[in-house]
Amino acid sequence: MNVTALPARAAATPGLARWGRDLTADVLFSVGEAAWILSIHKGVLISATPAPAIMPRYDLAIRTGAEDFALFLQDPPPPGWHDIMGLVRLGAFKVEGNVALFMAHIFWFKGVLALLREPRA
Amino acid sequence: MIEAITGRYMRLELEGRAHRLYFEEAGQGIPLLLLHTAGSDGRQWRGLLNDAEVTSRFRCVTFDMPWHGKSSPPEGWELETYQLTTARYTGMIMAVARALGLDRPVVMGCSIGGRIVLDVAAEHPDDIRGVIGLQSAAFLSPYYDTSWLHHPHVHGGEVCGGIVSGLIGPHAPDQSRWETLWHYMQGGPGVFRGDLHFYKGEGDLRPKLARIDTKRCPVHMLTGNYDYSCKPEDTEATAAAIPGAKVQIMKGLGHFPMSEDYAALRPYLLPVLAEFT
Repeated sequence: MNVTALPARAAATPGLARWGRDLTADVLFSVGEAAWILSIHKGVLISATPAPAIMPRYDLAIRTGAEDFALFLQDPPPPGWHDIMGLVRLGAFKVEGNVALFMAHIFWFKGVLALLREPRA
Repeated sequence: MIEAITGRYMRLELEGRAHRLYFEEAGQGIPLLLLHTAGSDGRQWRGLLNDAEVTSRFRCVTFDMPWHGKSSPPEGWELETYQLTTARYTGMIMAVARALGLDRPVVMGCSIGGRIVLDVAAEHPDDIRGVIGLQSAAFLSPYYDTSWLHHPHVHGGEVCGGIVSGLIGPHAPDQSRWETLWHYMQGGPGVFRGDLHFYKGEGDLRPKLARIDTKRCPVHMLTGNYDYSCKPEDTEATAAAIPGAKVQIMKGLGHFPMSEDYAALRPYLLPVLAEFT
């Protein structure tokens, strides 16, 4: 899983920015013990950098567990782990803070996190 | 090419209020009444209504529930909050069947429709030929805050489509996947959430399952294994409480089998339909 490469992959994905056309925010994305800050401006993922260990600033946090997210990243993923809301149903994905940002741009979040799946060789 | 499906409107009274409902039909033979999912409309059944192998034996009818699709909400809707209930839902199904002269129809529904056919089987076994529940379970617990589906800070169409998008199986063709989601995006404000009042709360049908007599009213249940809302184990738990209910778990399909990938549903569904003569 290469989170820092996500901005380039998002930029190369047609239609993704349109789903986030009014999304400007800093989002904390944590997988197990690792965490990144996703900086988004009008649906464009500007950067994805490791979150500072001390006093990270963000508008919204999305958190998942390492084992469950590894299943999400499989191609194809197993039933139930194939979508972010499936992880929510399992109690394996938490949305905290300004939840409206997530719900208003749910296609963007689903789309960008699915880009972390490595294409089959 | 012009499809064989025809669409018309009916006027009928539901719970003492005048309604104008849209319905589509195709085929001749055994009446087959089709119920769409929460927050969507009868277009979900376009694959089946265009399937000559089905329409050669069945008069297939689907209606848009009040507030959905091309059916209007009743006069005064602007003063109320829409909420679907078990009694309201079963009442409209039986009223539509009577209004269209459907003689002991087979009733097939998906999701909320797959839930309510269990109530129809319990309450009206002699008025129907049998039921088929797709993605059917007697009860499901809520797993997200449904108030976001009708909130001024969130676009209703996009959130309704987005919240259900992952319920479609990963192998569904893109065209039917996005058409299924488009139907959700076209729903009226608060309507999907109002349907979920029944699905995630009021409509707990577990106490009624013991009343279903599958000798009088056969019960078939088909559930896609990629549905994380109504999981296969939810369907299997429901079926276990209905002696004689028949269950199939459908590989690769999600929550909207007739709309997301009718070709994949067909091999499971046709043998079930063949049991009705």
